[in-house]
Amino acid sequence: MAKQPVKNKNPFAGNWFLTAGAAITVFMILFTLLGQIWTPYDPSLPDENAMSLAPSPAHWFGTDSFGRDILSRVMNGAGTTLLIAFLVVLIGGIAGVIIGSLTGYFGGVVDEVLMRICDLITAFPSILLALIILRIMEPGVKNVVWVLAILFVPSFARVVRTEFARCRTQNYVKLARLQGAGPFRIMLRHILPNVWPVLLPAVSIGFNNAVLAEASMSFLGVGVSASEVSLGRMLYDSQNTILRGAPWYALTVGLVIVLMILGFSLLGEGLRQRNR
Amino acid sequence: MDKILEVRDLNVSYTTEGTLFRKKEVQKVLKDVSFDLYAGEALGLVGGSGSGKTTLARAVLGLLPRYEGTVTHYTPRPQVIFQDPSSALNPARTVGWIMEEPLLIHGKYDAPERRRRILAMLEQVGLSEEYLDRHPSELSGGQKQRVLIAAALIVRPRLVVADEPVSALDVTIQAQILKLLAEMRRRHGLSYLFISHDMNVVYQLCDRVMVMQEGRIVETGAIDEIFQHPKHPYTRQLIEAAN
Ligand SMILES: Nc1ncnc2c1ncn2[C@@H]1O[C@H](COP(=O)(O)OP(=O)(O)OP(=O)(O)O)[C@@H](O)[C@H]1O
Ligand SMILES: [Mg+2]
Repeated sequence: MAKQPVKNKNPFAGNWFLTAGAAITVFMILFTLLGQIWTPYDPSLPDENAMSLAPSPAHWFGTDSFGRDILSRVMNGAGTTLLIAFLVVLIGGIAGVIIGSLTGYFGGVVDEVLMRICDLITAFPSILLALIILRIMEPGVKNVVWVLAILFVPSFARVVRTEFARCRTQNYVKLARLQGAGPFRIMLRHILPNVWPVLLPAVSIGFNNAVLAEASMSFLGVGVSASEVSLGRMLYDSQNTILRGAPWYALTVGLVIVLMILGFSLLGEGLRQRNR
Repeated sequence: MDKILEVRDLNVSYTTEGTLFRKKEVQKVLKDVSFDLYAGEALGLVGGSGSGKTTLARAVLGLLPRYEGTVTHYTPRPQVIFQDPSSALNPARTVGWIMEEPLLIHGKYDAPERRRRILAMLEQVGLSEEYLDRHPSELSGGQKQRVLIAAALIVRPRLVVADEPVSALDVTIQAQILKLLAEMRRRHGLSYLFISHDMNVVYQLCDRVMVMQEGRIVETGAIDEIFQHPKHPYTRQLIEAAN
């Protein structure tokens, strides 16, 4: 019997998006992790002799108006942002997978009700909704995570639901049923592995959106509290330095945010292209 | 002889959903279908496209939500071999996983026993151990059908419903798979409800045949008898088409 060509196993070959996205993302994660254990200077220690310095060999990203080293603050503060993004994607993703599999597999009334709720959530521009909710609630990492996680559920629920609805009608699911597999066995063992290829890009885009959302919310002053350091919070702090002729604070923080979301979105696009 | 399946006065209709522009329609697909299938027998079901063969298979397997009449099994867990092997094999799983899953569901065997059974069955369908780690996308059409047969037979069913198991394959592979099905029947004492639109294919495998036209069984009999003395004009037509 003729053998068919075995699929190309190297996922990076010829996939420019995946290669670049993975490289940037890995670099940014290492940059952030390093910032949690070591920074060039103490990120929160003011220095009267080094206030508002421009970038130099001693302070690559310059210093803020209290004389704190911006590179150190960014390395450290990126951890808060990444932690928020991770928790948002984790909680929103798990809830989305559960809702998407149940609605996609069973359909019917449950499907109608849950998906209408998802529609309702997405009907509002999500940042605006987050702003309103956080105006009412206390600012802080925990509340940002919960609000964003809830807002992110529909995007995961939709892709998972579509895949479950498609797979449910496939013959291998009918066969599993004939062999005596129950619905939860079918959902977990038979269908879920087929959903990873569409879930992975969604997760990557989720990280992208979560970083962006944290930055926007904290920038507008309704994200993390004043005592917590995150990329968005630093962007907020840097606003008045721009006018005082010291744009590097905003620029360097902005650069780190841009690199982070660029990495995640390239990664997402690369993962998506791998499915073709 | 042991009766293994009894179907009486089976009537099935599909209701197409009404829309703003189209009235709700009820289409009768199976009309007063009755037959028996005995242990060790290979019963053919032939008929043109849309005559209701797959619907009958689904009713026998208990996959239809609604039907009138009775379908009685005298054996547990009938298995099925579908027409299109590609969608019948889970693309995310390997051959080994696909064959082990039915054994896990029945849960009677420990790991070494499962492995022994999987390897034995794989050999019986003419595949070597190296196929265990392959995904369906790395198999040819004939190999897929072999894996599907192996996964169906690994739980030792007595009744197998085969819905056009060879029509997606080219002629030489068809002959191989038909030979395999005949051999498995002899070896395991299987009964087949074997569906095809091709009289020739049915002739190669079956002892008895039912001819279905527009949801009704118009003629039943021993395969030689039907071939030599077809009574119904539609049967004659099918035989002529096969030659
Ligand atoms: N799920 C369904 N809903 C509505 N109508 C259906 C459905 N499945 C089949 N039908 C209709 O029932 C009739 C019989 O279909 P069936 O699939 O049983 O035919 P078949 O003999 O297997 O045909 P083929 O040889 O093409 O596979 C057809 O007219 C078909 O359009
Ligand atoms: Mg059919």
